[in-house]
Amino acid sequence: MSAPNYNPTELMICLAARQIPDGVTAFIGTGIPMLAASLAQKMHAPNLIPVFEFGGTGAILKRLPRAVGEGRTFYRGLVASGICDTMETAARGFIDYGFLGGAQIDPYGNLNSTIIGPRHHPPKVRLPGSGGANDVGSLCWRTIIIIRHDKLRFVPKVDFITTPGYLTGPGAREAAGLPPGTGPYRVVSTLALLDFDEETKRMRLLATNPGVTVEQVIENTGFELIIPPNVGQNEPPTEEELRILREEVDPERFYI
Amino acid sequence: MRILESGMGELLQPIDLDEFREWNREKKAHGLVDKRMTEQEAISRFVFDGCYIGTELYGTVRAPMSLAREVVRQGKKDLRVAGQGVLELDLWLGAHLVKTLDITYIGLEVYGTSNCLRREVESGRVEKVVEWSNGGITWRFKATAMGVPFIPVRSMLGTDTLRYSAAKVAECPFTGMKVCLIPALILDVGLIHVHRADRYGNAQIEGISGFAFELARASKRLIISAEEIVDTEEIRRYPERTIIPYYLVDAVVHAPFGSYPGEMVYMYERDEEAIREWVEASKTEEGTQAYLNKYIYGVANHQEYLELVGWERLERVKAAVEGR
Repeated sequence: MSAPNYNPTELMICLAARQIPDGVTAFIGTGIPMLAASLAQKMHAPNLIPVFEFGGTGAILKRLPRAVGEGRTFYRGLVASGICDTMETAARGFIDYGFLGGAQIDPYGNLNSTIIGPRHHPPKVRLPGSGGANDVGSLCWRTIIIIRHDKLRFVPKVDFITTPGYLTGPGAREAAGLPPGTGPYRVVSTLALLDFDEETKRMRLLATNPGVTVEQVIENTGFELIIPPNVGQNEPPTEEELRILREEVDPERFYI
Repeated sequence: MRILESGMGELLQPIDLDEFREWNREKKAHGLVDKRMTEQEAISRFVFDGCYIGTELYGTVRAPMSLAREVVRQGKKDLRVAGQGVLELDLWLGAHLVKTLDITYIGLEVYGTSNCLRREVESGRVEKVVEWSNGGITWRFKATAMGVPFIPVRSMLGTDTLRYSAAKVAECPFTGMKVCLIPALILDVGLIHVHRADRYGNAQIEGISGFAFELARASKRLIISAEEIVDTEEIRRYPERTIIPYYLVDAVVHAPFGSYPGEMVYMYERDEEAIREWVEASKTEEGTQAYLNKYIYGVANHQEYLELVGWERLERVKAAVEGR
């Protein structure tokens, strides 16, 4: 078999894009989520309504936004409001999907983007902080997490819960006061597509990426994954996906 | 109301709403007063060592960069900062001016984590760091804007973001549900860059308004920089566009290309090369100081800064604007 003609970032973008159905609202953050949303809009989801936290809703993602507040986040948009409006819209249950990333993820989908190490201050490594992630993870119906897959990132316990996943397990979100029926929906990684078991709320392998074995996924995960009897295989990026991604979504090659 | 949990973070600014009311009665002009002045005058009059300060919008977008650079030039120190930022807060961190942070996000977006933030926080030079979400900190401004000490919200619950914040979890007295109580945040000084303002401070913004509405209403002193100073007749023709009314404003600074190297929607694009220059320079302490020397300490004011950047370059970002 010849080497694939795409890189791991391109693969993640394509897999993430395929998770977004048409006709939904989705909170889009900085980075890969922007590319995934843009690709989805140009492929199968022309009626995807992107919502950017600083106020842009319904933009035509003609060119890749490089900042969550920039002009491209409301280019030919339907609404240009402000952060209170978008966050409160999510609080009222209008935002279907939200994209998240992070430096660490645990079996319950809790995410860390604040510090690395045991101490909060001064920390070993200071990361940017929550930004809108905590609000997105708290208030959207379903979140999709995009993250590189290795043992440094997939850890039994994150150093800091910046953004809530299922916290400590079944019922924990609701017990904390978070809106019922919300939480992590999918994890798109460099190795696999994962979801969360309905009963235990722990991460479960859904499908491996092209050329990746179940063993490789297990080896690169720092905690026990639920492995169902039938693990699927993700399709590699199509030529059409790659062409649109490279020529239309990110021609400036910020990310890919 | 039963309090179920309290964040360990400190309230870096007291919540004295009655004092805020008195302030707004006594220290703010309720009539129309010409408030035009330069960056130098505005920063030296209203920003003081140890003050609690915030900026809007967000680093590379409609950010008050000419004001942020002037803060560095004047070496205003021991700043307590509401930290939602990119380039502007990076400059303050790089110049060692920040003492405490209410942080939501400080980073370089597509270019990753902020090296200045890492150096200043990991070394402990920033003495206190209190965590919030973007929604959380904006709702803090909103509480102040409403004139109330807190707002109940459904963010931050169950997380370390809340544990290391100064928020509290309470049982709602009406429904029994758990809510996160977000405390009001009263800024000593707020800095906002807008598309146009008149001499009195009536300010209008194109495109998204970020958290300008809330931050303006949560600031004891508000410095507005504007791409264009317009006649009040222009404001009166489209009063529905006035997002910041004159009475909130203490200084109006005319700052064309005031957001450069960031963008100003419909007016000029961001200058990617110039942003990359900062990203590279900020990777080391030496590089950071060399950058500050060249672009801030080495020029007297915004006009000289623009001349250093060069008009050809500024014309280029203007020509690159994507339009509507």
